[in-house]
Amino acid sequence: MDYKDYYQPLGVERDASQDEIKRAYRKLARKYHPDVSKEPDAEARFKELGEAYAVLKDPEKRAAYDELGAGWKGGQEFRPPPDWDAGFEYSGSGFDGADAAAYSDFFESLFGRGGTGPRFDAGARHGYRARGEDHHAKVLIDLEDAYHGATRSISLRAPELDETGHVSVKDRTLHVKIPKGVKQGQKIRLSGQGSPGQGDGKAGDLYLEIEFRPHRLYRAEGKDVYMELPLTPWEAALGATIKVPTPAGPVDLKIPAGAGNGQKLRLKGRGIPSKDPGDFYVIITLSVPPANSDKARDFYKKMREDLPYNPRSHLEV
Amino acid sequence: MTKKILTGTLLDDQLHLSLIEICEACASRTEWVIELVEEGILEPLGNQRDQWRFPGESLARANAARRLQHDLGLNLAGVALVLDLLEEIETLRARLRSQELPS
Repeated sequence: MDYKDYYQPLGVERDASQDEIKRAYRKLARKYHPDVSKEPDAEARFKELGEAYAVLKDPEKRAAYDELGAGWKGGQEFRPPPDWDAGFEYSGSGFDGADAAAYSDFFESLFGRGGTGPRFDAGARHGYRARGEDHHAKVLIDLEDAYHGATRSISLRAPELDETGHVSVKDRTLHVKIPKGVKQGQKIRLSGQGSPGQGDGKAGDLYLEIEFRPHRLYRAEGKDVYMELPLTPWEAALGATIKVPTPAGPVDLKIPAGAGNGQKLRLKGRGIPSKDPGDFYVIITLSVPPANSDKARDFYKKMREDLPYNPRSHLEV
Repeated sequence: MTKKILTGTLLDDQLHLSLIEICEACASRTEWVIELVEEGILEPLGNQRDQWRFPGESLARANAARRLQHDLGLNLAGVALVLDLLEEIETLRARLRSQELPS
């Protein structure tokens, strides 16, 4: 087991006042709260902060932790000294059982599961119950999966309680049906697939958040899907019928004569399917052929003469 | 071993939850969910409490509200403000992404 430096995640000195610790925690909690933060490691950081604060906000626990001495470094191999906590008594306030499973082995070796040691167990004999924690995970799918539906295997790593009441980390794989019509950011709730409850408590739920893998061609926005379509100047000017891929299969798209750069063409109902399906938008971009041969350069010169055109008239200079 | 395929509930606008169902799913008291409605954090359809129908997204919103309130010590007005701002940021981010089209 590794020693944990609880002052370091909060960025405070060992002699910081309770007020300083609270301020530091509040500030960092806002920064790393998983519902707010876009930092990739927000959830891990937030857990680490929560554990550090659970110890340092409570003067009794903090005193006991400080008693271990300042000689330790975070990550160093740690064995608690025998009877290290003799003389300390915990009131164990500020805990709810649902949070306890999330704390580290180091925390548990010092403060017991749920932070109250024997009292926690004593409670269990009197019908203690807590609903299991909800779990959250992201599931990466392809945009095409939203059109057809799919089954995805998801590997999860979560602490679990065994029969003897000990917590161990277990890997499990779930096969989950991804329904047709899901959209970026939507959540699927798997009832009872979170942490088991304690005592008579019910198991928590598992929430899977849908995330689309970035696609080479398409971009989804809500139920609508967008794609860029490069056209030659003559296709845009004269109109054309062009074969265009969509996640539901290729279609022949009629480009009206006089189409302009950035113009959007809508294919109604070809977005993400559902009762009220989204639309598929083709965004026109004009691609100018390179003038990389004498023939091409001559052609451009002829255009200069035969097609007088000033795209900058609005600049008025 | 046979593969067991789980089917969850998609929390979208096709799904409607009653007050009881939403309380049960986010392990919260009815009074608290009513406060969320009074604060405008959740917007159920229907006029009377026993006719309230919450769109599926409400559940994720209620869960986020509970975490924000508990973890950051916010009151419900603060939670409402945070959720509205987060939604606005998400809309702006999506618009930003749409400007950076894949090339």
